[in-house]
Amino acid sequence: MTPTTIRRINWMGGAFTILTVLIAVLWAFPIYWGIISSLKPENEVVRPYIELWPDTLTFEHYWFALTQTQIGKWYINSIATSVGVTVLTVSTSLFAGYAISQLRFPGRRVLWWLILASFMVPTQVLIINHFVLMANMSLLNSWAGIILPQLIHPVIVIVFKQFFDQVPKDFREAAAMDNASEWAVLFKIYIPMNWGVITALSIVTFIWAWNAFLWPFLAVTKTEMMTITVGITQVFDAFGVYYARQLSAAVLAGFPVALVYLVFQRRVTQAITLSAGIKG
Amino acid sequence: MLRNTKKEWLIAYILIAPFVAIYALIFVYPTIDMFFLSFQDAPLVGAGDFVGIENYERLPRDRRFGTAFWNTAYFVALTVIPGTFVALAISMAVTRLSGRTQALVLALFFLPYILPVSVVFRIWDWALNFQFGIAMHVLDAFGMDRIPVFKTTTWFMPAVAFVTIWWTCGFSVLLFLAGLRAIPQEIYEAAALDNTSRWRMFRHVTWPLLWPITGLVLTIQLILQLKIFDQVYLFSQGGRPNDNLVMVYYIFQRAFVNNQGGRAAAIAVVLFIMVIVISVINFQLTRLSERRK
Repeated sequence: MTPTTIRRINWMGGAFTILTVLIAVLWAFPIYWGIISSLKPENEVVRPYIELWPDTLTFEHYWFALTQTQIGKWYINSIATSVGVTVLTVSTSLFAGYAISQLRFPGRRVLWWLILASFMVPTQVLIINHFVLMANMSLLNSWAGIILPQLIHPVIVIVFKQFFDQVPKDFREAAAMDNASEWAVLFKIYIPMNWGVITALSIVTFIWAWNAFLWPFLAVTKTEMMTITVGITQVFDAFGVYYARQLSAAVLAGFPVALVYLVFQRRVTQAITLSAGIKG
Repeated sequence: MLRNTKKEWLIAYILIAPFVAIYALIFVYPTIDMFFLSFQDAPLVGAGDFVGIENYERLPRDRRFGTAFWNTAYFVALTVIPGTFVALAISMAVTRLSGRTQALVLALFFLPYILPVSVVFRIWDWALNFQFGIAMHVLDAFGMDRIPVFKTTTWFMPAVAFVTIWWTCGFSVLLFLAGLRAIPQEIYEAAALDNTSRWRMFRHVTWPLLWPITGLVLTIQLILQLKIFDQVYLFSQGGRPNDNLVMVYYIFQRAFVNNQGGRAAAIAVVLFIMVIVISVINFQLTRLSERRK
């Protein structure tokens, strides 16, 4: 290649990079627009032209949402149920994944086959029977009722099994030489060695649970028991037709997961790639 | 090494017990229960009489079922292939960047995926608001008529499909990026020595090597979009829900609005079978294509 062609390629590459960045900014613009609108006074929000920055920056809508609505309760419900789903899903899947990967017991193959098969079943079709079950157990409008039907995540067991399969057998044999118990092998070797994937899966399970809509929406009818994703769209009289107020509530609902993502970016992307069955 | 099998069994059963208990209660039992319920004329909560296949026989004549079925198919057509292409384009653009620029650009494209559906709904309901939405200012600027997007039957599905692609594309981008990273750099270097054009490089190297990932993305998208509910429900509020029905929405309507658990379960079984059939076909196709290699 001659120097001119190389220079042309570099120039084109640069232009292409700038174009990519511009499209990316445009892609995320609706999020920016939602946030910035929530910081404008209501009379500025409805102006018939585009203003990328508010004339008067105000937090009055956030103040309204936090003091005049039940958003505080919804936050607590969201945090409690998301943490509940995360702890229960990750711990039960971790133990099951370990047993399937490392131990031999009757029923092991059936269980593994069942987990793989359940991977295909859409949980959305079970809403009726989940509702009936939770109603019979008197768990509607309770944290337990929101949590329980969200605990089906076969993919997490599958990922744990894959990671435990990869731990070299030498560790296990060395531990057996030292007469270490099975529990010690699990808690002192396998869990610490896979701490990275445990954290990654916990973060992404938390995000899934926080973002869940359909089941929390069905399981709760009392406004004070709603999670934030349900509350901000289903309690119509809480915000009225005030666009900035509605948007401020949306920002409050999205903030925790956006923050988790920005802090743990690499872990989140790793876990999401893993959950699709690809080694990251 | 001798293994104490009895003890191993005991430990294994203790370890799987919580998982199996939860699984039996909220997965195995409700799935079986769904089939039983679909043969009864039961209300949502409470007992019903066995009515044979009546709940299924009604479906072909049921107009709302027709709407839900075809809307779901329409939505799948609007999202699956277009969404996959958008994701492929984005990942091709992102993969040639490096360092901080790449991280920043990827974060901007990926951020929507992280947000709850309610937030995505609020953002786009606002951006496309008929009176004050920023998109309407853009339409005005081009001298076009404003469209009440979510209140017209024609625009509803395309608009929700657009929002869905915007929302979920980041996920497919991640999968494509993982696929692109797995392609050995030497292949490109060899091709570059032969002065291969960019298009030929894509057509003959990247695309064929990326095909397994593309298949995966298409399948995941297809199954995901068959189960669409949240966005359609939220954007239909105050609009025309009966025109915008999709399968899960119709299950919800029959069960929770009309209080007909049995009839709703029959629709659920139909959707269940649709998803399983597609999963099995896909599984067989993957196996076939692997055997051919």
